[in-house]
Amino acid sequence: MTARTVLTVAALTLREASRRRVVWALLGMTVVLLALGSWGFSRVADEFGGLGILEARIAASTILNLVMFGLSLIAALGTAFLAGPTLAGEVESGIALAVLARPVRRSAVVVGKWLGLVVFGGSFVVVAGLGQFFIVDATVGYWPPQAFTGLALLALQTTTLLTLALLLSTVISPMASGIVAVGLFGATWIAGVVGGLGAAFDNQALAQMGDVSRLVLPTDGLWRGAMSAFQHPALGFFLAEAEGFPFLGTGLPGTGYLLYAVAWVAAVLGLAVLTFGRRDL
Amino acid sequence: MSVESTASPETAAVHAAGLRKRYGRQVAVHDVSLTVGRGEVVGLLGPNGAGKTSVIKMVLGLVRPDAGEVHLLGRPGTDPGSRSEIGYLPELFRYQPWLTAAEVLTLHVRLSGRTVTRERQRETLGLVGLADRADDRVHGFSKGMQQRLGLAVALVAEPRLVILDEPTSALDPLGRADVRDIVRSLRERGVAVLLNSHLIGEVERVCDRVVILNHGRVAASGTLAQLLGRQELHLRLGKVTATAYERLAAAGEVVRDGEVHTVVLPPDADLATAVPRLVADLVGLGVDVHAVEPSRVTLEERLLDILRHPGEEAS
Repeated sequence: MTARTVLTVAALTLREASRRRVVWALLGMTVVLLALGSWGFSRVADEFGGLGILEARIAASTILNLVMFGLSLIAALGTAFLAGPTLAGEVESGIALAVLARPVRRSAVVVGKWLGLVVFGGSFVVVAGLGQFFIVDATVGYWPPQAFTGLALLALQTTTLLTLALLLSTVISPMASGIVAVGLFGATWIAGVVGGLGAAFDNQALAQMGDVSRLVLPTDGLWRGAMSAFQHPALGFFLAEAEGFPFLGTGLPGTGYLLYAVAWVAAVLGLAVLTFGRRDL
Repeated sequence: MSVESTASPETAAVHAAGLRKRYGRQVAVHDVSLTVGRGEVVGLLGPNGAGKTSVIKMVLGLVRPDAGEVHLLGRPGTDPGSRSEIGYLPELFRYQPWLTAAEVLTLHVRLSGRTVTRERQRETLGLVGLADRADDRVHGFSKGMQQRLGLAVALVAEPRLVILDEPTSALDPLGRADVRDIVRSLRERGVAVLLNSHLIGEVERVCDRVVILNHGRVAASGTLAQLLGRQELHLRLGKVTATAYERLAAAGEVVRDGEVHTVVLPPDADLATAVPRLVADLVGLGVDVHAVEPSRVTLEERLLDILRHPGEEAS
């Protein structure tokens, strides 16, 4: 019964995502980003015509990280603003009353919502990311060395943020939960950039800021790993300086960090289940 | 404070004992117990803020009681499975606006874990007057239509207990009559109903028993006959002999005012049989019967009396 509830609610969440305006907004932003990307990469091919293929590909891989950052931002915004209304909004409107009076566990409803959002966010990242890769490949002839690892890291990053938004939506209003989640996402990214600068200039205090922010919310750590997977291997020569540059990765995250990120998601989801389970409707 | 009941937690449709709920410093529900027997229609009455919706939400596990316990259809309310044969129309009725009416029903059938054919689901929509809107998205529905849809949601999974919280608040008189007919047909099929409604006339017409809440406590409860108390019969009579008077006195206490005789009948007297028999006997004894008028205290009068004089009622 619980598994059926999880799957029913996950399917409902996917259907909701596909029928709400936020999806069209996401789709619109993605199309604009892909169109701009394809124009930009075609310019790279033209402008860098005088350079060798290697240089053109390195340039393309750097720009790709920039575009993928835009994509991850769209995914983060989209899923966070979908996750917010999905619990808090339904409690506020009364939709949750009829659903939760059924023979269902609240935990199954929360996990079902989460699963639906993960499938939606993950699918978006993979489809839009692959679209971007095909454009880069067609225009510059560059295909990221670890494309699928990078996309998996981006999907995990999206999952991390939507799980946080889901937890927030069990305690605060629909819009506030989306805004707070996206705000934290941005703050962590900036803290990561500052931490990178600290590492590049040997400033321990600043460097620690980046490390701590990557533990508090693992989105930036996963994003930096994804960049490493997308960028040209030749950029490895600049690794020492890469830490100070926000759109260069310094290597894939280790197994320990990945396990930490997964445990972080599980813990936050567990907290969301606990909080929602105790809430009076 | 408890409500009289012959049903035990194992046999009752709803058995709630000692429910308490506090919101901050405000005590919303204070030691409320109530029982709805299988196949019984029980009305929940009381002024705004009496705690009716809080009690319903605690019964359904939507609000956690600070104290007390609930059994639904013989199972502890803490077990989600206890709600598998329950239909609920909330006071705040809203359904997924991005789904069609038919899809909302299919969703609730799936969540209930029961098997109901699409045809049967469509029939339920027809029952509440939404047959021709089955494939329309809910976001285009008026409040009245959404409440009708909520009624269909409550009925679709073939429940054995239906809980209706203000089911006619957005309905026109025709819709209210439909709800009354639906509640009556549920009772005929042995489905228990807990009905919270502001409309006293509605409750009076369909409920077997009434529970009156005031300030979070049970102020009074009982069958309508018990609550409404004495029934009176006003008769305008001529040629009343001593024997005829004895016959009148046998029916109940008699008060005479000229030709008008008022007979106070016992609360459990069945007017439908007692009155024609009395009239036939009086005619047989040679009495001229000019007029017969039974009268009873209305539930509204009784409710106002209870609410204005709290603490004087036995529950």
